[in-house]
Amino acid sequence: MKYLCLVYLDKEKWSAVADAECADCGQGLRSRGLLLAAEPLHPVETASTVRVRNGKVSVTDGPFAETKEQLAGFYLIDARDLNDAIQVAAKIPPAREGSIEVRPVRELNP
Amino acid sequence: METTRDVHETVTTVYESESRRVLATLIRLLGDFDTAEEALHDAFRAALEQWPRDGVPKNPRAWLVSAGRFKAIDSMRRLKRFDSLDEASPNAEVAVTDPAAWADEESVEDDRLRLIFTCCHPALASEAQIALTLREVCGLTTEEIARAFLTPAPTLAQRIVRAKSKIRDAKIPYEVPSRGELAARLDAVLRVIYLVFNEGYAASSGASLTRTDLSGEAIRLGRLLVELLPEPEAIGLLALMLLHEARRAARTSPSGELILLEDQDRTVWDRGLIAEGSRLVERALESRQFGPYTIQAAIAGVHAEAPDAEATDWGEIVGLYDVLWRMDPSPVIELNRAVAVAMRAGPAAGLELVERILARGDLKDYRFAHAARAELCRRLGRTADARESFERALSLTKQEPERRFIERRLQELARNC
Repeated sequence: MKYLCLVYLDKEKWSAVADAECADCGQGLRSRGLLLAAEPLHPVETASTVRVRNGKVSVTDGPFAETKEQLAGFYLIDARDLNDAIQVAAKIPPAREGSIEVRPVRELNP
Repeated sequence: METTRDVHETVTTVYESESRRVLATLIRLLGDFDTAEEALHDAFRAALEQWPRDGVPKNPRAWLVSAGRFKAIDSMRRLKRFDSLDEASPNAEVAVTDPAAWADEESVEDDRLRLIFTCCHPALASEAQIALTLREVCGLTTEEIARAFLTPAPTLAQRIVRAKSKIRDAKIPYEVPSRGELAARLDAVLRVIYLVFNEGYAASSGASLTRTDLSGEAIRLGRLLVELLPEPEAIGLLALMLLHEARRAARTSPSGELILLEDQDRTVWDRGLIAEGSRLVERALESRQFGPYTIQAAIAGVHAEAPDAEATDWGEIVGLYDVLWRMDPSPVIELNRAVAVAMRAGPAAGLELVERILARGDLKDYRFAHAARAELCRRLGRTADARESFERALSLTKQEPERRFIERRLQELARNC
């Protein structure tokens, strides 16, 4: 079953985890056949939020909401169950500095 | 020859003793809580119909598991959802050749553990863990649980629905944690049981009977856990609950007033529970793998052995608090230790420790910290300081008996001025 692991970090902690460590983690998951996708993101200052209301497109600067911990990246994994997914999330390096939200993926209704 | 009414009584007896086990196994076989609950009811309905005709089976539990499973698969087929059943349970294809195999002693005990650990999974909200455990493991109705926790029944019902949805959608597996995970997961279970116990323990004699029954329910759960998984901390928690429960009759006066430990009539303490609790403490301590619950139980055991407050071995209690504090350096434990120090070395020694905690800014909203400071100031004749702290404690207390107790203390202070 697929789970999306969303990596959240406080602004000051973004550089606390070296890219190389994250790359290693991703590689490890890939070699175990657990990784479907993973990407790091630029900080929220680079974000733009798009909304369409009454047919009008509005674009604003910044994330959809200001939060203390900010979305830094994601790992889309394949795991047997939630316990498995939790084990994977716990080994994602930013877990020791921030939070990893683990969300199950659902199928779209036809 | 048994009458239909005899058989119906048997079914009721079997329900009381076996329904939780049957449910635990059906959840494993069918892969879903709601499906299993429906299957459970169908199975007992079938028993009411068939047992008067065919006789009570030799192994009622195996019969019920088999009947429940059959009816569930049957209705899944009719709803054309057999595919999802296949995914949910690898056992779905097993033929009905040996129903006893699903209900043998060992796998059933495993199923009960699976159920407990799943209901207490850390990914579920704390209140949901409690509600789900009381409902699925203890068999309490939603109404009973709602009444016990002074929560509206629809709120409680929604909480349980959401928890089951989360188990299903996030795929929380129905399993006993592996050895490596066991300590942490067991902690969650013990936490739930102790929360339930404290809900019942905190309620005074003025409150409804259901709140008192919560402590009984927690003890039952504790006993079940020790039976299934005799880990030292599970044994320690059971001991702690029994030793606390032993003092219930002495904690409140007939009119519902709070009586402090040092003023309790120890002749009404339940010696049977104390003996059992003390034995369990020994057992847990022997393992050398004990934790905070065991130490708290040991402390309760020292109180239980003392004929009165003065004769209590306060030195040993302080020593135990030292051990406890090393395991869990929380301000609350520091506070309890300070109170014990006061009993051993006098109120001034204890007060210094309590004031040190408050000066740090810890426990400033914890009513017992202010109550402790108030008591110790009172014993030292520092009336103004005592009054200030009692009033702070009063502003923080939510329970009637505590409120009345503090108000009485304030009145005594006023009289002695």
